[in-house]
Amino acid sequence: MINVNRLVKTFGATRAVDDVTFDVKPGEVLGFLGPNGAGKSTTIRMITCFLTPDSGTVNVDGHDTQLDSIEVRKLIGYLPENNPLYMDMDVTDYLNYIAEVRRIPGGRRKARVDEVIDICSLGAVRFKAIGELSKGFRQRVGLSQTLLHDPGFLILDEPTSGLDPTQIIEIRNLIREIGKEKAVMLSTHILPEVEATCDRVIIINKGKIAIEGGTNDLSRKAEGEAILHAAIKGPAPEIETKLSALEGADSAAVEKEIAPGHCRYIVRSAHGVDLSEQVFNAVVSNKWILTELSLEAVTLEDVFLQLTRSEESGA
Amino acid sequence: MYNIWTITKREFRSYFGSPVAYIFLVVFLLVSNWLYFQNFFLIGEASLRALFFYLPIIFIIIVPAITMRLWAEERKLGTIEILFTLPLNDSEAVIGKFIASFLFLTLNILLTLSIPITLSAIGNPDAGPMIGGYVGVLLIGGAYISIGLFASSITDNQIVAFIIGVVACFFIYIVGDAFIVMRAPGVLAQLFQFLGLAAHFQNIERGVIDSRDIIYYLSVIIFFISLTVAYIQQRR
Repeated sequence: MINVNRLVKTFGATRAVDDVTFDVKPGEVLGFLGPNGAGKSTTIRMITCFLTPDSGTVNVDGHDTQLDSIEVRKLIGYLPENNPLYMDMDVTDYLNYIAEVRRIPGGRRKARVDEVIDICSLGAVRFKAIGELSKGFRQRVGLSQTLLHDPGFLILDEPTSGLDPTQIIEIRNLIREIGKEKAVMLSTHILPEVEATCDRVIIINKGKIAIEGGTNDLSRKAEGEAILHAAIKGPAPEIETKLSALEGADSAAVEKEIAPGHCRYIVRSAHGVDLSEQVFNAVVSNKWILTELSLEAVTLEDVFLQLTRSEESGA
Repeated sequence: MYNIWTITKREFRSYFGSPVAYIFLVVFLLVSNWLYFQNFFLIGEASLRALFFYLPIIFIIIVPAITMRLWAEERKLGTIEILFTLPLNDSEAVIGKFIASFLFLTLNILLTLSIPITLSAIGNPDAGPMIGGYVGVLLIGGAYISIGLFASSITDNQIVAFIIGVVACFFIYIVGDAFIVMRAPGVLAQLFQFLGLAAHFQNIERGVIDSRDIIYYLSVIIFFISLTVAYIQQRR
């Protein structure tokens, strides 16, 4: 369990992290989300003992990062932002070096390095210099390094940045696989990533936690309106008035004319109100023809944009 | 100790990860041998005085080139973040890197042993000053390396680290040089002579190994290693 308690870090005049408090529980994948420069990496660097907080504490399984730094580092596997690696080293040499610093005893070291190479599918490149590898393979090397000492906590700072879509999927699957046994905290500014991999999300903006909750809760929590798209064949003005008159509907308007007498309408309602049934009934009772009906799902993206935008207008 | 040795091994091997190390060794050997032998046959003296005169000056250029990448590269690549989140102390990493560079410099110096071996074959050199000279060269080299190590820790640019290193080594070398000391006013002259690397080297080069000189060099090394550790900690 990682307890982050009232963490503050200032660089010059900017408060990069401003009174951040949260927990990472065992067995969960926590998404740490925020726009660039929100303070994600700074927070992570304080958890991993790379930076010292100005105030506040981080506690990892009972060890304080400032008082008991070495113990904390033993418990954490960390992939820093941009996946830094020694380009001139072989994959195996590099893993051996990390394993040595991690005090994996000489007898078990080779077996463990082989295991990790296997988990991350690095077999084909194990004797190549890291500098010669493609970005996807480098990312696996970075990830394999975090697994060597079988840590209870994995902290990954933007693990998929700069990868192509296939590589992203591979890395995500790998993270989810690993996340079954460990507590994983991953930061990202890509929203679908959180929806694809995380159980819980913390959205951070301008150094403060903006919102915290389960991935599904958050989408539900999104304030604003529900939007329904309906394509209907029939007389446009009549449809418009009848749809706006539906109970709960705020407005209805032609979105786009598909063909003469066949339009796409947009029906807006308060958040949480599902008008699809009523729209369908109206179509049936008026003997129009319904060709399409869809509810625009509120995504995490909307929550995110809303939060970051309202913060900005407030500031 | 274990951690220091792990870091040292990685650093030392990384010198040989590219052809640079071999080029380095060859250039160093060519330059030092040339500077030594250009006057050797004119003077006709079976001693290493000329070598020990030139080596500290060659080091002013060579040592910062050895040390420039130690921290600057870690910063540039970002691997410093890996290094300082591994379970080891800052000082262990700093000392490990110092030792790696020192071993590489020692390797360079060992290759100049061809000169005293040649001398012993053709003449009858005095062993005392030769041994003293090599001890002195190692000490002065270690002092330069600690300075270069610090220079490398304050930047992420290797060229900047190199230039700062050269200037700092040059400065601390000439401060104790007779040329400066003779022109400085009384109290300062003594201070300069005490601080300068060169003045302490002159004793050892004569074959006189004085504990004060050894303590002086070790102090310089410890001072700059501590400064590096302090600087790295303060940046975090």
